[in-house]
Amino acid sequence: MIIHHPLLGPRDSAEFVYLGAAALMDRPDPETASADDWHDYAYLRDNPAGPHRELWFHEGGDRSILIVTRDTTTHEITDVALARPAGAQI
Amino acid sequence: MQYSGFKVIKEALTGHKGWKPAWRDPDPKPHYDIVIIGGGGHGLATAHYLASVFDRHKVAVIEKGWIGGGNVGRNTTIIRSNYLLDGNEPFYEFSLKLWEGLEQDLNYNAMVSQRGIMNLIHSDAQRDAFIRRGNAMILNGADAEYLDLAQIKKEYPFLNFDDARFPIKGGLAQRRGGTVRHDAVAWGYARAADRRGVDIIQNCEVTGFRIENGNCLGVETSRGFIGAGRVGCAVAGNSSRLMAKAGMRLPIESHVLQAFVSEGLKPVLPGVITFGAGHFYVSQSDKGGLVFGGDIDGYNSYAQRGNLPVVEDVCEGGMAIMPMIGRARLLRMWGGIMDMSMDGSPIIDRTHVDGLYFNGGWCYGGFKATPASGYAFAHLLARDEPHATATAYRFDRFRTGHMIDEKGMGNQPNLH
Ligand SMILES: Cc1cc2nc3c(=O)[nH]c(=O)nc-3n(C[C@H](O)[C@H](O)[C@H](O)COP(=O)(O)OP(=O)(O)OC[C@H]3O[C@@H](n4cnc5c(N)ncnc54)[C@H](O)[C@@H]3O)c2cc1C
Repeated sequence: MIIHHPLLGPRDSAEFVYLGAAALMDRPDPETASADDWHDYAYLRDNPAGPHRELWFHEGGDRSILIVTRDTTTHEITDVALARPAGAQI
Repeated sequence: MQYSGFKVIKEALTGHKGWKPAWRDPDPKPHYDIVIIGGGGHGLATAHYLASVFDRHKVAVIEKGWIGGGNVGRNTTIIRSNYLLDGNEPFYEFSLKLWEGLEQDLNYNAMVSQRGIMNLIHSDAQRDAFIRRGNAMILNGADAEYLDLAQIKKEYPFLNFDDARFPIKGGLAQRRGGTVRHDAVAWGYARAADRRGVDIIQNCEVTGFRIENGNCLGVETSRGFIGAGRVGCAVAGNSSRLMAKAGMRLPIESHVLQAFVSEGLKPVLPGVITFGAGHFYVSQSDKGGLVFGGDIDGYNSYAQRGNLPVVEDVCEGGMAIMPMIGRARLLRMWGGIMDMSMDGSPIIDRTHVDGLYFNGGWCYGGFKATPASGYAFAHLLARDEPHATATAYRFDRFRTGHMIDEKGMGNQPNLH
């Protein structure tokens, strides 16, 4: 699979580490979340057959995390974006 | 369909026109006591044990394609019971015992071959960990044997003992482990269940559940509604898709695992061998092909085919321990969809819907579990109580902190 990195162009997926569904970026608010919220966040997944927004960490490259939209039935990648916009402050 | 030496000779001389189907092809009835979704190894084994052990005969297995076309017909056929944790080891040892009596039970040649499995050890720390695992196995009534370097050199002289990075230091052997002819497992269970009255309904996809007042009344299928007292789901890689129709989100991701077969060779491997420093396992089929595999590709997939980086990784693992493998040509490769759970262990449990039961999360080790999984699921479906060896395989273990995480990897399904 080739992932079209927004800054570095086409890169082999073997340079990346897969981190799972992009929904994992929406972490529950520790101030208000219940134990059930944490259980659902940590352990349950949508796991769709079809388009899937997911996180790929460019470990063998610029170490950015990308949000890749990929069809899990064909492996076709339709969209790639930086998880955090370039230059954004943490 | 009965087989005998006489029949084989007669058919050979008369053009093989007298063979009959090994099981019926019935139309679905309007209602069954128990409907099992998924005609893989686990669904068919469940049906067999429901009929033969738990005396339930109004049972149907509903399969969207043909039986045995899923993972049961795609795996590398290794059976073993070499687990560490209490939640797992008694269950897998129960499974290995069922394998040992399977052919007599089914009256079918499933080519159960206890040729042994040997896990290689490459460091002192790994030796300690493997000996601990061996002791856990023995405590649970399984067999385990530590092999030192001299023994391994004697039994497996072709291995690469002096690899600079991963020298071989020893091995943990389970002599009762081995391989089984995977297709024959599906066919043997199907024939045995069919003979006890189970309807095996192929080319019938379950498209939804009929649930009223929290009660499952049956399944909607591509061939109409089928009523059921109880419904058991055993669809492996498709678990999340199916259970979503009952409003559930599962602690499961679907991933693709590839398998490889070389051209046929004269007998070179005495049993199953696994690499301890990378992920590579290999055996030799009775036809002579080297059957091997390694890691899952590592990303969510329902595509039943993988990508090239893993092919390279698997072959590198093979070359590291067994350089002679480089002389063989790769003949075939394929993929199957794994139901990877959040702790690497399976689930056999009730659901929040009355009458709806779930069996899944087998990751890439569910073939060896087939007999025990079927037995335990039949027990749960017939008696509404978990089987003694499967009490830990609950949905709520992630909520209560009772994960069964053999590798200690946490909720990263692609690392299990
Ligand atoms: C390449 C590979 C190598 C493996 N190697 C090993 C190994 O060496 N040892 C080991 O122990 N395990 C191994 N496994 C894992 C093992 O094969 C699986 O865990 C096990 O087969 C899963 O259970 P099953 O046989 O019931 O699944 P399957 O055979 O996949 O059965 C599930 C069935 O459900 C059907 N289905 C799905 N959705 C629906 C629906 N909506 N309606 C009706 N039917 C439906 C499917 O068509 C399928 O036939 C391997 C797997 C793969 C892919």
